[in-house]
Parts: sequence; structure tokens; C-alpha cells
Amino acid sequence: MSKGGINYRLVIFFIAIVFGVGFSLPTFLQTSKGAKISLGLDLQGGLHMLLGVKTDEAIKSKMKSIASSVKFFTDNNDIVIDTLRVKDELVTFTLLDGDEEKHLDGMLKKIQGLQVNKDKLAYTLSLSNKEKIATKKFAVSQAVETIRNRLDQFGLSEPNVAKQGVDKILVELPGIKTIEQEKRARELIAKAAHLQLMAIDEKRSDQANSMSEDEAASYGDVILPDSKNQARKYIVKSVPILDGSMLTDAKVGFSNMNQPVINFTLNSEGAKIFGDYTAKNVGNHLAIVLDNLVYSAPVIRERIGGGSGQISGGFSVKEAHDVAIALRSGALLAPVKLLEKRSVGPSLGADSIKASMLALTTGFVLVFAFMILYYGMAGLIADVALLVNLFLVISIMALFGATLTLPGMAGIVLTVGMAVDANVIINERIRELFREGKNVAQAVEKGYANAMSAILDANITTLIAAVVLYAYGTGPIKGFAVTMSIGILASMLTAILGTHGIYQWIMPYIERSKSLLFWFGVRRSK
Amino acid sequence: MQIFSKDKIYNFMGKSNIFISISIVLILASYFFLYTKGLNYGIDFSGGTVVQVRYDKKAPIKAVREHITKKKEFESATITQFGSPNEIIIRFAKTSGNVSTDAGDKIKKLLKGTGNFEIRRVDIVGPKVGGELREKGIMSMVMSILAILIYVGFRFEWRFALASVIALVHDVSIAMGAIALFQVDFNLDVLAALLTLLGYSLNDTIIVFDRIREGIVDTKDLNLFNVINDSVSKTLSRTILTSLTTFFVILTLFLLGGEIIYSFSFTLLVGIIVGTYSSVFVASPMLKWLGFSLKDYKAKQVAKEKRRIEREKMRAQYETGMM
Repeated sequence: MSKGGINYRLVIFFIAIVFGVGFSLPTFLQTSKGAKISLGLDLQGGLHMLLGVKTDEAIKSKMKSIASSVKFFTDNNDIVIDTLRVKDELVTFTLLDGDEEKHLDGMLKKIQGLQVNKDKLAYTLSLSNKEKIATKKFAVSQAVETIRNRLDQFGLSEPNVAKQGVDKILVELPGIKTIEQEKRARELIAKAAHLQLMAIDEKRSDQANSMSEDEAASYGDVILPDSKNQARKYIVKSVPILDGSMLTDAKVGFSNMNQPVINFTLNSEGAKIFGDYTAKNVGNHLAIVLDNLVYSAPVIRERIGGGSGQISGGFSVKEAHDVAIALRSGALLAPVKLLEKRSVGPSLGADSIKASMLALTTGFVLVFAFMILYYGMAGLIADVALLVNLFLVISIMALFGATLTLPGMAGIVLTVGMAVDANVIINERIRELFREGKNVAQAVEKGYANAMSAILDANITTLIAAVVLYAYGTGPIKGFAVTMSIGILASMLTAILGTHGIYQWIMPYIERSKSLLFWFGVRRSK
Repeated sequence: MQIFSKDKIYNFMGKSNIFISISIVLILASYFFLYTKGLNYGIDFSGGTVVQVRYDKKAPIKAVREHITKKKEFESATITQFGSPNEIIIRFAKTSGNVSTDAGDKIKKLLKGTGNFEIRRVDIVGPKVGGELREKGIMSMVMSILAILIYVGFRFEWRFALASVIALVHDVSIAMGAIALFQVDFNLDVLAALLTLLGYSLNDTIIVFDRIREGIVDTKDLNLFNVINDSVSKTLSRTILTSLTTFFVILTLFLLGGEIIYSFSFTLLVGIIVGTYSSVFVASPMLKWLGFSLKDYKAKQVAKEKRRIEREKMRAQYETGMM
């Protein structure tokens, strides 16, 4: 006769039960403290986007700012240059004072990664390949930072912004309630927030509506539309006086007419450039340009010191608020484009949870009942293991901070079906041994031993498939692989070790009862 | 309760030609459907846009179609009912890279005047991302088959590994044939289901193979047919039971899981039936066809055992020598 009683397997199983139930409680009760499973965007609703960064644009905008520095330097030092142009990744100009060549070259040398090609006094500036790569890389990391900053200030819960691959950005926004809110978030993310203060070309401003883009380019000008009325055009110098990189703050304020406006402040360098420029250009027009739209073009009445300015242009309060956030968190050096978007409304997520919970419960009840019907008490023991397995999966996921997605839910449902497999194999082996005339204790011990190699091999191969799924899967598929793997590992603990412990514990009762039909669902055939 | 009598040995191998013929017909039919009907790639792989809309009453599909297709860029959009009659899916191949104003916003504007609706889901997958996902999908399939091949080859023998992989290819082919036949949306979920199927079907096959390996060691019978018949019969009850429990839960997922998980559960439903069939009727006969010989295997095992005993002897001698 077996001794029965407490054994090490039972102790481990008991610890697993306490662990499983204890750490899954926060998830079930949704307590404020403790690790919980977080729901994926497909279940709780939200926005998932994969953005591509147009890194070439970062190089173009860098060349523009180099052109601005050349202009500022030559103006300040009374060096005369002509035909300063920016074309894609090149800046060209001609130096008119040959005497100043050394002076100018000294200044250009200070700009990192700049390649200077000279044909006599005709300069062509470009970036070295190394500098181009560095610029692109910086543009991506800057875009990640900027978007993260903007979303943090927007006030959504737990936005996730991360770099993916070389030039992609993953943006995840849970907790978006309405499609309007989603659109506003997208607009905020995509806003280049590229502020430029530009000089109106006074000589040609009356030809704004008639001149072609190419003709304007030949004078070093660009044609920009008005923010409120796209038909209204301005001709401005293509090289800006200064841009938003010199901005330190932007706030929403109200004009005299109680219209929302954005007040911005420049840093000391920007303030100096702005002050110098306005002093020299009293009476001319200054265009305040945001993302290539002219918001206003006031006349410069006097030198503007202190480095502050105002953007007015018929914003709504919400718009002004978002533009101020975008300006504060900085311009995107390179624009972003949408590569992938998954947006799920909260009601759809709730429906998915409801449907998969229903499937999980029904599947569970079916398997539960079937096991008892077929195996008697042995089936019930397997069911206990299955229940503990479920708790373990939930608590391990909670502890790892894993996210439960819809395919992840399907993975759990599938685990319910597959986790009893080990017990089916073991019970079949035990029944076989009964037929060979073994007594109960022998049959159980030998049944577990015989079943082991099959269970291990089967589980390891399934685990291999799950690991590959994780390695090559994307997004929700990864969630599915995670729940599958945890389910398989937990089932080894509960279905093999746990049930074995239970049998050893209650063996004296089984031996005393003599009813194999009650305990194992079969009669001895002989 | 008991379904199969344990003492009965079924003669599976005697009829293996019939079963293999059925499998070949099914596989050929699957490739025929894959070729003629093709896979109905979802936007995950082909790129495109899906907008899911729910109305507060029956969705006016005709009006929706009129409203949307009058815009040139959405001319080729398909509009279908999705789950309940109140819900529809609008699908088109076009995507745009614009972050702030995307196709979802445009559809929302176009639908004005068709009734009270709520946009519940907007999925946009750019063509480049779709291509990448497809590449990764194929890669994951190939990698898991390779990994499984190596593991089974290491634990059993290469013919076992090859036989199990042939069974896997059999299952995946037929499941994909069914997907093509019923024009189920081939998306990331289906890929996950196919990979699960790989693991599941293999699980079944391994259990049978494990029994065959055990049978080889236990029996003196050198007839592979008898050993296979015996092992498959002994595991039959387990094979059917586990398949049944898994089938139950997949069926509930299929019936109650909702439209959004439909393609996943459909694939698994077909897969489990085929996977169970193949581990009993395809994988085991393959062993014979691949030229597995009991005599050679036993000889190898004996040689291996001899080497082990030899080594132990050597070690014992070495240790006593040292003493």
C-alpha cells in the first residue's frame, strides 16, 4: 500500500496555485495596485501607426539653414555675394569680393561635414556622405523625441513612441475615445511646425499672382500662399531670415480683438539676428510663415528687440493650442509619412473581448465536462490542473507586463484545448497498464513514466513553432506566440507535475475504494 | 467511458494505399483551388485600406456604395456586410501616406447622409509594409519547418523527421486549399493559425512516432507493418480525444468568437481535422515508403548500446587503474 500524504510534487503544485491565483487577482479585480495584464490596442481601442521619416527632406532643410548662415555672415561682414540659391541638396552662390575669399572660407570651414567646391569664385556647397548619414539618423531620433514630446503634452494616457528599424517610428496611442480625437492626435503628430521668418521680395511683390514658380526661383524667391486664403500669394526670399530652431517658447494668447494668437520667444542668437534684420529693413514687409503658409506679413515699423513675436491667423482655440505644442516641442526636421495604421474604436474592442470571453468560457466548460465524463475523477484532477494553468498564464503575463491582444486571447483558448493533452496521454497509459493487470499505484507511477517522453517531445516541438512565431511575427502575432509559449510551459508544471502530486497524495483513498470506474472511468477488463 | 477497445489492433497499414490516395487527391484539389481561385490576400499582405462602419440600423449598403464610388479614387472599393447586418466593411487597394488626413477621414465625409453611423476600425497598410509582412510570414513558415526537422531528426531518425515534415506540408497545403476555396481573407491571423497548425499537427505525429519508437524496442517482430499498426491503434484513443477537446474550443471560437477572428478559427478548424487525419494515415505509412527498416534501426540501436557499455567499461577500468 502507498503511504500517500504530502509530497514534493504536491508542494510545488500548491505553490503554483498560490502564485497563480495571487498574481492574477489584480487582473481579475482590476485593483489599482499590482501588476495587471494590459489590453492590446485591438481590445481596448486605440491608434497604432507605423510612420516613415522622409530623411531626404532633413538634408534639404539643413542646406537651407546653411544658406541662411552664409547670408547672415556675409551681410554682417559686408561681404558681397550674389545669386545665393538652395537647390535640393546643394547651395550655390558667387563671391563678388575676391579679397574676402579667405575670410569666407574660414567661416565655411567651421560648418561640420560641409564640402566646398569652388570654380574660381563660384561656390557649390554640399554635405559629405558621412554627414548626410548622420543628418538622416539625427532626423529620425529627433522625430521620435519631438513626437513623444508633443503627445506627452497632448494629455493622452501612456503614449508609446519608439524607433523601428532605420527610418521608421512606431506610435501607439491607447485610450483614444472618438474619431475626432484620433484625427487631432494625427494632425499634431504630422505637423511639421516649421516656423520661418522670411523677407517679402518688395521689388516683385505685385507680381505674386502672375509669376511662375520657376521664374521666382530664378530670382531666389519662392511663392507661398496665405493661410486663410490659398488663392492669395506672396513672393518671399527663399532663404529665411531665421527659423523655428531658434525658438525657446510658444504660448497661446489673445489679440486685442480677442482672437487666439501664438506668442513666441526667440533665443539670444535669434533675437540678435531678428533685431539686426528689422533695424536694417524698416518699412519692408516681414512674412511669418508656418509650414509653408503665410500667416501674416506686417510692415516693419522699427527695430524689434527682445526677440519675441506673434503668429495670428484666425486659429480656433484648439488649433492654437496644438500649434503652440508643436512649436514648443520643436519642428520635425523631416516630414513623416504613414506606412501602416490600425485604429480600433473602443466599442469594437469591447465587442471583441465579449466574444472571446464567451468562446473561452464555453470551450472551457465543454472540455471540463468532457474530461469528467470520460475519465471520472482522473478527469476532474486534469480539470483542476487546467484551471491552475489558466491562472498561471494570466499571472505570468501580468508579471511580465505582457499585452493581451485578440490573437493572444485565441492563444489562451487554444491552450485550454491542448493543455489537457498531457493528461489524456497519461490517463490512456494508466488504463493500458490496468489492462496488463498492474495495481493502481504501479499503473499510475508507470503511466507517468511511460508518457513522459511523448509529452516532452510533443511540447518542445510546439514550443519551437511558438518561438519562431515570436521571432518573425509582428504586433498581435507576437502576443499570440507569447500566450501559447507560457501556456505550454505552465501546462508542464500543472498537467504533469501537479496531477502526479495529487495522485500520490490521495493514493491510499484510491486503493481503498477499489472502484476504478469512479476514479479512472473504466472497469478492469479481466 | 471508453471509445476504442484497447485490445483491438486496427489494420491501418493494410489500407494505407487508399488513405494516401485520398490525401493526394485532396492535395491536388487544394493546389487546383490555389491556382484557379487564388488566395484572397487581406490588406496585411497586399496593402490597402479597410474601414469598418456600424450603423444604428440595417446598413444601407446600396447607398453607401453610391456615395463612395462616385469619388474617383474609391471607384474600386468593395462594400460587404460584416457580421451583423448593421455593420459593413469598406475595402480598397489604395493607401495614402498622409498622416493627418487619411482615407478613413475621407470615407467619413463621403458617408454623410447615409444615416447614423460610427467608424469602428480603420486599417491602412502601405504597399511596402505589406510586402515586408509577406516576406516575414513566408520566412517564419520556412524557419519553423527547418527547426522542427532538425529537432525531430535529432530525437528520432531522419526518416521520422522527413515523414513528419511531409505530413506538415500535407496539412498546410490542404488548409490553404480550403482557404482559397472559401475565399477566406488571408491575413496575419491566418498565418498565425497556419503556424499553430504546424505545431499542433506535429504534436499529434510525434505522439504516434514516440509509440512506434517504443514499439520497435519492445517487440521482437521485425515486420514494420505490424509495429506501426500496433502503435497507431494504441494511440488512437488519445489522438481522437485530444483532437476532440481542441476541436470543441476551436468550434466555440468559430461560432462565438465573432467576425473579426473568423479567418483564424476557420483555418484552425480545417487544420485540426486534416492534422489529425495526417498523423494517423499519412505520417506513419511514410516511414515505410521512405525505406525505414526495422532491422537496420535495431542494429544501429544495438551498436549504440554496445558503444555505451564499452565506454562504461573503459571508464571503470580507468577509475580502478587510478585507485
